[in-house]
Amino acid sequence: MATFTSAKKVNATPTTKAARVARPYLHPYAAGILLGLVLFAAFFFTGNGLGASGGMNRLLVVFEDALFPAHIDRTPYLISMAGGDRNPLESWVVFVTIGTIAGGFVSGWLNGRVKLETIKGPHTSTRTRWIMAFIGGALMGYGARLARGCTSGQALSGGAVLSAGSWAFMFAVFGGAYMLAYFVRKLWN
Amino acid sequence: MAPFPLNLVELLGNPQYYLVYLVIGFAFGAVLEMAGFAISTKLAAQFYFKDLTVLKVMFTGIITAMVLIFLASGLGLLDYNLVYVNETYLVPGIVGGLIMGVGFIIGGFCPGTSLVSAATLKIDGILFALGAFFGIFLFGETVGFFEEWWNSTYMGRFTLMDLFNTETGVIVVAVMIMALLAFAGAEVAERVIGKKTDKQPRWRYGAAGGGLALAFAVLLIGQPTNADKWNAISAEKQPLLDSRAVYVHPGEVLQYMNDHKIITMLIDVRDEADYNLFHVRDARHVPMDELSTIVEEFHALPENAVLFLMSNDEARATEAWRYLVAESVVNVYILEGGVNNWLATFGEGEIEAVSTHAPDALGYQFAMAYGDRHPAAAPHADRFNLTFEPHVVLAIKRGPASGGCG
Repeated sequence: MATFTSAKKVNATPTTKAARVARPYLHPYAAGILLGLVLFAAFFFTGNGLGASGGMNRLLVVFEDALFPAHIDRTPYLISMAGGDRNPLESWVVFVTIGTIAGGFVSGWLNGRVKLETIKGPHTSTRTRWIMAFIGGALMGYGARLARGCTSGQALSGGAVLSAGSWAFMFAVFGGAYMLAYFVRKLWN
Repeated sequence: MAPFPLNLVELLGNPQYYLVYLVIGFAFGAVLEMAGFAISTKLAAQFYFKDLTVLKVMFTGIITAMVLIFLASGLGLLDYNLVYVNETYLVPGIVGGLIMGVGFIIGGFCPGTSLVSAATLKIDGILFALGAFFGIFLFGETVGFFEEWWNSTYMGRFTLMDLFNTETGVIVVAVMIMALLAFAGAEVAERVIGKKTDKQPRWRYGAAGGGLALAFAVLLIGQPTNADKWNAISAEKQPLLDSRAVYVHPGEVLQYMNDHKIITMLIDVRDEADYNLFHVRDARHVPMDELSTIVEEFHALPENAVLFLMSNDEARATEAWRYLVAESVVNVYILEGGVNNWLATFGEGEIEAVSTHAPDALGYQFAMAYGDRHPAAAPHADRFNLTFEPHVVLAIKRGPASGGCG
């Protein structure tokens, strides 16, 4: 399994030495300005920001509804998305989410960055990385629904329209990560 | 009325309007990928102060969108009332944020970036996304145990402007300056801790200056007041008043009160004394100076909701109508002839008409403060044979009534 560290990746410049070299990433500020323009366009044309976890939630509920429709109709949280005749896919955020996956793939493809691989720290086994990714994902998913939005829907979107709760949330995310970072440093360094 | 956000459903139809969201999502995913957010080690490096790409991209995104949103709003192009602002549930938001922070440093992604990582076939991204699905599933199954807490510390649409009780421009400038200082700090950290030596481009100084200039422009232009908003739409909306198209006969109001498919809100803008003497059943007392505090509530109403404003005659209700329409509230109407006309239509016994010369005064005398216990407060529709021309036309709303990551 091919693996590499971020340091190598970031410093790699596109030279002619390697044939299938991935193009370098955008400068962070340039990427940020583009991100801001996309976010502004979303608010300007639709009134809605961006989102990811809400779309994932609804995509998940499609399966739950197909398998256990009665259970959905008994769980208040799920009723609002798929109770009775309601179609969980009828929400803007589902389409943003599907678009995000497609956009990520196309950009990765055009830049030669679509490749089956595991990205991990230099002193972590692939197995550990996989397990940690799953556990981290589960925490992230749970926390995102608890906070009514993830980094995209709360921090980014709510931050730009100056929602007080979104800013408190943003500091909480960074705070939580920084507090634990030291204890899991072996995972990444 | 500010032309944006667009009424996508009316413009494109349902479900075609979802295409717009697909395009926005596509651009979002592409930008995340181009920023390098498909790579977990790049994201995690943020928390060891080695590579602060996450902070730079995120905050540049936030401040760019922020200045453009409030500039567009200041210039009367974008209606901030119709922009979805995440509601604040303070404690669940912070606790959820802390859990996410832990998930971030363990798993290396947030939900959005994991999707992009999975799309570019990173196995850790795929597993993270599966984990996120599992976490979301667990939440749906367990939220029932603490639903009350989950809905606690609700503050509604609560912005930093409300928190600091200051005008929008000041907050925009302050956020911009804080972000630029954070970037300067991040670059120092990358050099010192990350041992990064690559030269940073000079254009970023220009970009920072441009951002700051735009923020000050927002401060200078200010945000439109209610009077500004009314002036912008008066040519379009005043004729509705002049032609009396929005004045609704008491019989039609009564019909909506009895229609259970429609959410009918009756807003009584009279003085409290008059309200206590007599009011229509289920009419809410909202004095004129408190209208602004419930605009948000009206925006959150579903499409099948209609508002009727009433004062003693029509003067004050008409003023309230102007106020709400300028704030982009839809489906607002005025009770024709006000409460006086309501009593003239439905009043029987125990009331006595008095001649009033004062404008917008109650034209009836009551033996006691009836409130809504008077028979005329909830008349039986079938006892009155009324003919009227219906005026209410329910409109499709613009912008999100609710949103976020829903």
